Amino acid sequence: MRDKNKIAVLLFCLGALHLAAIFAGFFSPYDFAQQDRAIPYAPPSRLHFRDVKGTIHWRPLVCLLVERPGTFGVYDEDLQKCFPLRFMVRGSEYKLLGLFKSTWHLFGVSVPARVLLMGTDNYGRDVFSRLLYGSQVSLLAGLLATALSLGIGALLGIMAGYYGGWIDVVVMRCGELFLALPWLYLLFALRAFLPLHINSGQAFLLVIAVIGTIGWARPARLIRGVVLSGKERHYVLAAQLSGGSDLYVMRRHILPQTWSILLTQAALLIPQYILAEVTLSFLGLGVGEPAPSWGNMLATLQQYSVLVSYWWMWAPGLAVIPVFLGYLLLANALQAKGGLHRV
Amino acid sequence: MVVLSLKRALIIVISLHAFIAVDQAYPQHPSEEVAISENQIGRPGGRLVVSLRSEPKTLNPVTSTDISSREVIAQLIGDLVHINRLSQQTEPALAKTWHISPDGLRYTLQLRRGLHFSDGHPVDADDVIFSFKVYLDESVHSPQRDLLVIKGKPIGIERVDAYSVVFTLAQPYAATERLFDSIAILPKHLLEEAYKSGKLLQAWGLGTSPQGIAGLGPFRLKEYVAGQRITLERNPYYWKVDRNGTRLPYLDQITFLFVANADTEVIRFQAGDTDIINRISAEDYSVLEKEQSARSFHLFDLGPSLEFNFLFFNLNTVVPAQSSELIRRQVWFRDVKFRQAISLGIDREAIARIVYRGRGTPLWTPVTPASSFWVNAAIPHPARSVEGARKLLASARFSWKDDGTLVDASGSPVAFSIITSASNLQRTQMATMIQADLKDLGIQVQVVPLDFHSALDRIFQTHDYEAAVLGLGAGDVDPTSEMNVWLSSGNDHVWDIGEPHPATSWELEIDQLMEKQLSTMKPSNRKLLYDRVQEILADDVPLICLASPDVLVGAKDQVANFKPGILDPHALWNSQELFLRGNGNASTR
Repeated sequence: MRDKNKIAVLLFCLGALHLAAIFAGFFSPYDFAQQDRAIPYAPPSRLHFRDVKGTIHWRPLVCLLVERPGTFGVYDEDLQKCFPLRFMVRGSEYKLLGLFKSTWHLFGVSVPARVLLMGTDNYGRDVFSRLLYGSQVSLLAGLLATALSLGIGALLGIMAGYYGGWIDVVVMRCGELFLALPWLYLLFALRAFLPLHINSGQAFLLVIAVIGTIGWARPARLIRGVVLSGKERHYVLAAQLSGGSDLYVMRRHILPQTWSILLTQAALLIPQYILAEVTLSFLGLGVGEPAPSWGNMLATLQQYSVLVSYWWMWAPGLAVIPVFLGYLLLANALQAKGGLHRV
Repeated sequence: MVVLSLKRALIIVISLHAFIAVDQAYPQHPSEEVAISENQIGRPGGRLVVSLRSEPKTLNPVTSTDISSREVIAQLIGDLVHINRLSQQTEPALAKTWHISPDGLRYTLQLRRGLHFSDGHPVDADDVIFSFKVYLDESVHSPQRDLLVIKGKPIGIERVDAYSVVFTLAQPYAATERLFDSIAILPKHLLEEAYKSGKLLQAWGLGTSPQGIAGLGPFRLKEYVAGQRITLERNPYYWKVDRNGTRLPYLDQITFLFVANADTEVIRFQAGDTDIINRISAEDYSVLEKEQSARSFHLFDLGPSLEFNFLFFNLNTVVPAQSSELIRRQVWFRDVKFRQAISLGIDREAIARIVYRGRGTPLWTPVTPASSFWVNAAIPHPARSVEGARKLLASARFSWKDDGTLVDASGSPVAFSIITSASNLQRTQMATMIQADLKDLGIQVQVVPLDFHSALDRIFQTHDYEAAVLGLGAGDVDPTSEMNVWLSSGNDHVWDIGEPHPATSWELEIDQLMEKQLSTMKPSNRKLLYDRVQEILADDVPLICLASPDVLVGAKDQVANFKPGILDPHALWNSQELFLRGNGNASTR
């Protein structure tokens, strides 16, 4: 019972995170590509509850940033020009779910001030907005790549386990080959051959296809193991004896046995693939500018100067932590639950 | 005191011969014609540690091409005439004087007498003749050869006597003296055998023992430790003295540490492991700047460099079958109004400010303010104007769809990709800012950072790209150093490499002007010709110049006589004058 609660809580938290990603346009105050070149590397906005005259406001105030003359990236707040933070405001246009045009944003301040929850990057783009839009890429890449590799893995694993013989040998040896290849270097080589004209969307699908396809071997091995023991069960034999076709037996009697393994694997693989996407984009093999992903946002940290000077640029690295924690705890809980069932 | 040390050195030199590390400087012989350096009198001794971003590939001045090798070799060699990196003027080096014949075709150089290579072997005209024979030998493939071939004819050289040589040119050549800079005079006694047996290319690799290498630079090789460092020691026979008659250099040793990348370089300098840091990026400058006083080092912003970064379109003639897409786009690229519109649509001020953190200069011509004499000040600096760019595009029969996309006369949307080198973050950032700027004109730009070598390969070999952001850094302020870029037949004529004949009338005019300035002797007349070249380049915009970074260097406060210059190699050009204040080594390690 406790496990069920835990799973529900975890699913709720992860669901909230994914909702924030899906409705990134609404939750983020600005467009992810909008450059405000007057404020590169601006720190997160300070919220004031008291204005220059000493009046206390219940709505927090955000003040205009002014670059200190003769410097780069050093800002002063113009306390004469402060604007209240407002909710449900009109702003830049975006497409919700890629379908509906909208200009509503959850919060914002009047121009020329900008509300910057996580500061700006080197082009003066809002890091918070980019983080939300970037989570679309990173989280979706994790989900889709997991679906892909579990799909291939389940199909090949069940076939190998069920039929055995040469099919088993071929599939499993191929799997071992896939596990042994140095993928990162192959990906670098692959990138050099790709055409120059590849937009962010295509690059995104390519990344998913690549990390999803090369990850099938591990789940396939696990599932093959489950199938090997599962096909010896009496009800499977009974189904076969009553003339059930291979396809029917696999679908009706073998596949259900692998559900708990598949779910646990999914919960383990999603964070792994999120990390894979982050790594690829970090190294410049993934989604390209100006589209954000957690990986290409973190890529600026490759510069020593950014690493030591602008702490808010670490945001995407920190955002990974709750997501990973959520998925890994979920995998644990699922495994515990699955184990109980099996006993 | 002077007499004593003189005696001691003499004894050592005589008894142990010249090949030993001489404790004291070689005594000055009355017949030796040393050069007198007008520097602040320094204190002999000490060791200077400098970082190199990659290991040098060779110590052979004839074959070296990479920056690290050249940086080390510059300390080991002497040239006939030298460009002072601070005044940017030529000054006598191994040649103490030179005379030009009235027709400008014969240069007679008088060598200093009584000089010695760093192994103690005397220098005379035969070494000079030998050196130029090697550089001009086609089978050696020396990168210096191109410089010494004027109008397709190699420079002629003949010996007059043991201390004078004559160089003959096929036609008057404006910057002849500057040609001799950094062309090392080689020791005939050490290299002739290798040259005759055809093994010169392999000679003086990193594995060569210090005794096998000799030069006329302020330092000579002491030790090379693969993967870690190369140490040079003072050349006791160096031919410069200070005003007090003390033989230069002051420093006992220079150690070049090999570091992995720019970040490590900064960290080592921060930690006090190195004494001088060369070519700091603006980002790293801002990090180091904060610690200047606390860590007792000083940073120098020398103002704009000679490097110019630019966007350009592929105007090469390409094979139609392979690149129909490119050819379709080249119709826009070849339209001068299109290029002008792109140029007007780019916010250079913002690029210079953001990419170089305010330590850069926006550019409208390839000549940066660093060459104050040559830059054409009359060239206008129009600020970004989206309306102006739109007007130009409209007059070139481009139009806009309802959603703002720019379309050409046939109705297809205008989009192109810009390649950059991924390892050069600044250029990638420029491309990303251009992408945002051109979006306001309705142009969809794709930024493609590529591995450095594949980017160069696409630009210079396969011509398989649409547009690129690249930077060129001239080695010298003189326009002759850029002949290869502006001549339509040049190998660095980046937008259309090696045209068999000028493709456009303005390229033809540039060719004529550049050839003419080459044979014009009077600098003010040459400037008029070069001004016109800059005008054409600004009007026809084959290169959309963006910005030039400042030259940024740093040194510990202890390093004295430190006078960094805009010209390469910025920091160590006067290594013979550098000395360390206070006691002991500057570096903590």
